[in-house]
Amino acid sequence: MSEITLQIDGREVKAKKGMTILEAAQSAGIFIPTLCAHEKLEPYGACRICTVEIETRGRTNLVAACLYPVEPNLLVKTRSKRVDKVRKMLLELMLAHAPDAVELQDLAKEYGANKDRFEKESSFCVLCGLCVRYCAEVKKKNAIGFVDRGVRREVAFIPEIASRECWDCKECFPLCPTEALQAAFLLTKALMSPSSPYAPESEE
Amino acid sequence: MPRINSPAELEELRKGILSKRDPNKPCITLCSGTACHASGSEEVAVSIEEEIKKQGLSGKVDFRRTGCHGFCEKGPIIVIHPEKICYLQIEPKDIPEIISQTIKEKKVVERLLYTDPGTNEKIIHEYEIPFYKNQKRLIFGSNGEIDPKSIDDYLALGGYSALAKALFKMTPEQVLAEVKKSNLRGRGGGGFPTGRKWEECRNAPGEIKYVIVNADEGDPGAYMDRSLLEGNPHSVLEGLIIGAYAIGSHEGYIYVRQEYPLAVENVGIAIEQAEKYGFLGENILGSGFDFTIKVHRGAGAFVSGESSALMTAIEGKVGEPRPKYIHTAVKGIWDRPSCLNNVETWATVPLIINNGADWFRGIGTEGSKGTKIFSLVGKVNNTGLVEVPMGMTLREIIFNVGGGIRGGKKFKAVQTGGPSGGVIPEKYIDLPIDFDELTKVGSMMGSGGMIVMDEDTCMVDTARYFLNFLADESCGKCVPCREGIRQMLKVLTNITKGKGKKGDIELLEELAEVTRDASLCALGRTAANPVMSTIHYFRDEYEAHIKEKRCPAYVCKELISYYIDPDKCQACMICLKQCPVGAIAGGKNQIHVIVQEKCIKCKTCFEVCPSRFNAVKKISGEPVPPPIPEEARIIARKSKEK
Repeated sequence: MSEITLQIDGREVKAKKGMTILEAAQSAGIFIPTLCAHEKLEPYGACRICTVEIETRGRTNLVAACLYPVEPNLLVKTRSKRVDKVRKMLLELMLAHAPDAVELQDLAKEYGANKDRFEKESSFCVLCGLCVRYCAEVKKKNAIGFVDRGVRREVAFIPEIASRECWDCKECFPLCPTEALQAAFLLTKALMSPSSPYAPESEE
Repeated sequence: MPRINSPAELEELRKGILSKRDPNKPCITLCSGTACHASGSEEVAVSIEEEIKKQGLSGKVDFRRTGCHGFCEKGPIIVIHPEKICYLQIEPKDIPEIISQTIKEKKVVERLLYTDPGTNEKIIHEYEIPFYKNQKRLIFGSNGEIDPKSIDDYLALGGYSALAKALFKMTPEQVLAEVKKSNLRGRGGGGFPTGRKWEECRNAPGEIKYVIVNADEGDPGAYMDRSLLEGNPHSVLEGLIIGAYAIGSHEGYIYVRQEYPLAVENVGIAIEQAEKYGFLGENILGSGFDFTIKVHRGAGAFVSGESSALMTAIEGKVGEPRPKYIHTAVKGIWDRPSCLNNVETWATVPLIINNGADWFRGIGTEGSKGTKIFSLVGKVNNTGLVEVPMGMTLREIIFNVGGGIRGGKKFKAVQTGGPSGGVIPEKYIDLPIDFDELTKVGSMMGSGGMIVMDEDTCMVDTARYFLNFLADESCGKCVPCREGIRQMLKVLTNITKGKGKKGDIELLEELAEVTRDASLCALGRTAANPVMSTIHYFRDEYEAHIKEKRCPAYVCKELISYYIDPDKCQACMICLKQCPVGAIAGGKNQIHVIVQEKCIKCKTCFEVCPSRFNAVKKISGEPVPPPIPEEARIIARKSKEK
């Protein structure tokens, strides 16, 4: 594989062709925050926390470091006014869903994000998809998936599969950046009434 | 029908078709596009067929159900050839007269003609009607001439001659060079140079390459791609085959919405016919070039019109966009080079091949060549599909083609580019239509949606409407798009409900910026355009809503009240009877009063109050005057002497 030289935060970094900016940065010990990235999973690009500023062919742009392939002479800034502004707002948007998530709170401190800026949305989930993708890509079970789209998108266990597979696995729980209990809660709900996961609990 | 094995055989076939057609034989064409279908064109069609028989004209007059003629406002439309006499808003009861008068007696039925609203003059011929006269219908014009289910009709107009020319007189490189030279830019929205996309796909490594027709049109109010695919499917196929030849692709996809049943049906028939004639399949026209097309029916998601999402959907997965840091022309369907163009772009290709790049470059502006089809809707007199040369001004489109604003109201703004576009205010009405000019003023060409707005349109509510659409239609994968839209929609909804607060405009601007800068795909990156452009041009309206709790266009229900002017009310009882909630007090000879607590602001009273009284008023941003005392409500009328 041919080597590519790029610049990250003023440092010359050598990377292999086909690597992403995130991989190149990590190999050089440069930190870029991530939420939805996971070493065992395909890059996903949903949380956008890894947004960095790049300069290529004389143009600056904001891109997701977890997806953007390295190219020769690329200039990358992992922090800038624009990058910080984006990360701060993204954190505030996600904190509306998961105000108690430790990972989000740590990043919020760094970027001065206000967890109360937006009205609370009681989903507890930021839809990073780690659970969904881990179950599909690593476990190959698809016991949990996304349902609906747009602002109604959510994560749900598929009762028929979950009731068979999940009790002895639960490997997705610790992946959840917001609250492992959230996964457990959804799973319990699915397992308790497999035919109708959203049916009210029985009175007994 | 035997297969055609050479360009010579194609020309023989064409001659054969034309020799059976007498250009002077009367032919009735009836618009049977989706819009006219909804206005009852099928019933009209049945009565035309019956009436031809009944009046003993079988065999002496042709009848053709065609695709959309574009003047949807006045449908169903009949055009009688060869004279091109145009009758509008036809009902089955009009047919006997049309047949007996126009077909038999060669007389024009005056009452069915177009009346010019300005001069009251009756216009006989289609080409003289201002709506058509001011257009340049290169791509869309054939729609009114052919039965989309008949390949012979397409061949009669010279169909597939561009394909024969490309395959036999040009190398793939020459076809590519011609398209590049023509400066054709993608009609789907982005305006990316088509030739450059083709070239990138052609040069991308990989044996298997795909060409794709994007017919996932989903902008609210836009239906030009649908109408083209319904009305002239072969023009799209021909363009696609030529593109495949230039790129070196042997497999094509047409991604069309399942909700477009007529488009699905007609394109299916067209593919079958093209296969039979040898325009598709192996060894096309004996050239040695092989190409097949599959139709992929989409489940109706706006986001699937985004090219990477569309390709993901073709792979059988959920239609969600992927990053395009590597273009889909290089890594598309199953990571293979895939060239996707919009319906209209493909349909333009045969024209460029037949007439040459120089001819095409002669139409339009410096940066945008050719014509563009727009879906002209909203508060304009002539709603419909219009095709105009690039460079025509918004004013010419709205006033000359569109016939101006409905009901003599004042023009306020025009929204172009669908939910990803922006509003353009009156001060830019002389802006020429051009990819770059529209972008400069904060909107975009998009796929050709053009929504005209009059003075009664609230710009905050308009932004809220589009954001509400996007909140449903975003795939929801990435945070800036999903959450940015969610929060912008909340703020906008609050403002329209009178709950706006100081700092809301700035918050919207900040959200808009992050959504634009950080979203994964073009849907998210442009989602804030309706918000940003309305704030940019109509900031005062936002401020009126927030500071004065006033909706200047009297649209936002929570901010307006209805009030009956006691000096003007004639106690005619009309509004009182029509009010669905019994919120109007009064009686005979007793001035009517709206009980504000009961009023649901349905606007009925405002609409039914006779214009000679004009007593019902809309109020916003100020208190409703107190009702006049009971005793003052009696109207003393001079009773008529017996």
